[in-house]
Amino acid sequence: MKILTGNDLGTGDVIWWAGDGWSRQVGDSVDVGDKGDELARVEEAALRVVSAYVIDATVDEEGVRPAHIKDRIRALGPTVRPDLTLKPNDADAGNWVI
Amino acid sequence: MYRYDNYDQSIVDARVEEFRDQVQRRLAGHLTEDQFKPLRLMNGLYLQLHAYMLRVAIPYGTLNGRQMRKLGEIARKYDKGYGHFTTRTNLQYNWIKLADAPDILAELATVEMHAIQTSGNCIRNISSDQYAGVSADEVTDPRPWAELLRQWSTFHPEFTYLPRKFKICVIAAEEDRAAMRLHDIGLKLVSRDGKVGAEVYAGGGMGRTPMVAPQINDFVPEDEIVSYLEACLRVYNRYGRRDNKYKARIKILVHELGVEEYKRQVEEEFAHMRELGLNPPTEELDRIRPFFAGPAYETGLSDEIDRADPAFALWVDRQIAAHRQPGYAIVNISLKPRGGIPGDASAEQIDLVADLAEAYSLDELRVTHAQNLVLPHVKKADLHAIWQKLDAAGLAEANMDLISDIIACPGLDYCSLANARSIPLAQKLSERFAGADRQKDLGELKVKISGCINACGHHHAGHIGVLGVDRKGVENFQLSLGGSGAQDASVGQITGPGFSEDGVVDAIEKVTDLYLSQREEGERFLDTYRRLGMKPFKEAIYG
Amino acid sequence: MVEFLSFREGEAAQEPAVTVESFTGQSNSTAVRIEAGEDARELLPYIDRLSLVEVNFPAYGDGRGYSAARILREAGYDGELRAVGDVLVDQLNAMRRCGFDTFRPDKALDDAAVERALNRYADVYQKTVDGRRPVWAKRHPETVNG
Repeated sequence: MKILTGNDLGTGDVIWWAGDGWSRQVGDSVDVGDKGDELARVEEAALRVVSAYVIDATVDEEGVRPAHIKDRIRALGPTVRPDLTLKPNDADAGNWVI
Repeated sequence: MYRYDNYDQSIVDARVEEFRDQVQRRLAGHLTEDQFKPLRLMNGLYLQLHAYMLRVAIPYGTLNGRQMRKLGEIARKYDKGYGHFTTRTNLQYNWIKLADAPDILAELATVEMHAIQTSGNCIRNISSDQYAGVSADEVTDPRPWAELLRQWSTFHPEFTYLPRKFKICVIAAEEDRAAMRLHDIGLKLVSRDGKVGAEVYAGGGMGRTPMVAPQINDFVPEDEIVSYLEACLRVYNRYGRRDNKYKARIKILVHELGVEEYKRQVEEEFAHMRELGLNPPTEELDRIRPFFAGPAYETGLSDEIDRADPAFALWVDRQIAAHRQPGYAIVNISLKPRGGIPGDASAEQIDLVADLAEAYSLDELRVTHAQNLVLPHVKKADLHAIWQKLDAAGLAEANMDLISDIIACPGLDYCSLANARSIPLAQKLSERFAGADRQKDLGELKVKISGCINACGHHHAGHIGVLGVDRKGVENFQLSLGGSGAQDASVGQITGPGFSEDGVVDAIEKVTDLYLSQREEGERFLDTYRRLGMKPFKEAIYG
Repeated sequence: MVEFLSFREGEAAQEPAVTVESFTGQSNSTAVRIEAGEDARELLPYIDRLSLVEVNFPAYGDGRGYSAARILREAGYDGELRAVGDVLVDQLNAMRRCGFDTFRPDKALDDAAVERALNRYADVYQKTVDGRRPVWAKRHPETVNG
């Protein structure tokens, strides 16, 4: 599937296109098909996202998984600071990015 | 310590207001990201993987307790309670909100700090020797010149849109503690017939094409350094390549023209420039110099250190450098705890070091390019008290220049340019080689890790260097040996095929084992490598 | 919005600018246009004859035009020096400092923004060709004249 991601213009938070708006959880991502670039333009112009781009992803039992490690690290947070990731209580969360 | 006068302050204050205006225009939609990006970069504001990152300049790595405390306060108030000291002796905050950035700059301005030109294709923070002013082997304190050049380079109207970023380093000692010859321009102050001047080196750098800078002038008199640099920069600005960002640094120009031709063009330009009155008068250097004059040292102090506590003695042996004033010592504070993140410091640690600087180091501290901190003026009698406080804060690691004193860029955990994570590898290495005796036995061994070819982790200059690459979406690490950023500067050679993260730790252990078995009396790892060459190391790794 | 900005007395030059190549050939033109990467020094023998030099900025990040401008001013050129192309409000101040005295940007500039940009910094650190006294001269008025 194709999903759309970027950063919140004001906070810089990593965000994912969830169909009716943006979510901080990669698991909320929806397939944007071939509409990603157009969506990115509209959302950037509306100041809701910055540096938006379309990536490949798959869905498995754990949810949406970006194809590239860089986006998996973006989805989680810095693997060297588990306390600052979106899963601070999951000791094995870092393994998901590899 | 240099202190701003009203001119310096008004320039920095004006910059804060300018950036506030630019951020407001961006948040209101009057500037697109394409238009805003170069403006925010000129103030050190990047968009990284997880948030905006702000890089604060620490000119020539010197700051006082009040400034350090402000850095801690900002970490707590606007970030997530920590900061990261970089190889350019700056500090990066990883979790900044765009709307907060102008307020942060305003807070920095209250302690005479800024983020000007910490990014962009302009002259970056001037770097220098962390032992400036206190080492016995220097001709003069290089920092007055560094401050003069900080001012000269700030908003230089001709050199704000160079082909690529531009890094200048000023040192004045025989021992090069600042990787001077790996800078776009390196200045080494020397004395000739009782006059101070600079040896000038141009075209060094790391990145994709690492080069050790050749000398282009063996003596530029101190009162002509500014106009000489104007000449060097003008030739680069006009003829540096702009068609390919990977070939745009001055090192490529110097290499393609040839040193002699670059030199000739600079001399021609300089002949013209020196007539223009571009150099500040000697009175200006005389005005700046006293700010850096040695503080009021006490005399008659003892050089005795009570070594009864073995852990303290170990730390003293490793972290203390000779101060030129009897009874005083230079204290190196490691930001490389076992299993830790190289260069990171919590707000509490930053506060503590600010307190220590004020209480014990005549209100001064330094940041090193190896991502450590220095208290430059400590009475030997105070060492034990300092050590106890550092130890309680997790800052008493005794590993300076040892295998676990690793330089590492933020890598793919934070950086949008990175191809692989640097920090987890540094952590694994420091765990693997954690034993104090083992590290001590291995001796000076500089390990440097970069998460991509931009080489922010100085891997080319590592005795052992590691470069992270992306191999079909999987992190992979290339090992190199034999680099040095010191006075014997050299560029490391790649050993061969790359490794996984665990694989490169194993490979480094094989390399160090070979060193231990082959070294001759008094040889560092680097010396043994240079004597034996790559072949036996390669066999040990891949054989 | 401002489409043409001038800091000169009197009318701007109207003559169309010719290329450096045709100018240094046999043209008796008095207006020339320098593209990024062209050598401003080629014009130095003719500066008495010139009344307009246009310097093109193909992209705001291409800083070669700043050097071209300073080279001409340092050589004594006192005719119109015009920045054209991708000239944005945030670069105006630096361009002024390098000797540009007229501007024809691709995209018109906002008057208020121009005003703010040019008056932002009361002090400057470098001596250039704009006649402004650098901070070091103000600090040492007894030794630095002019």
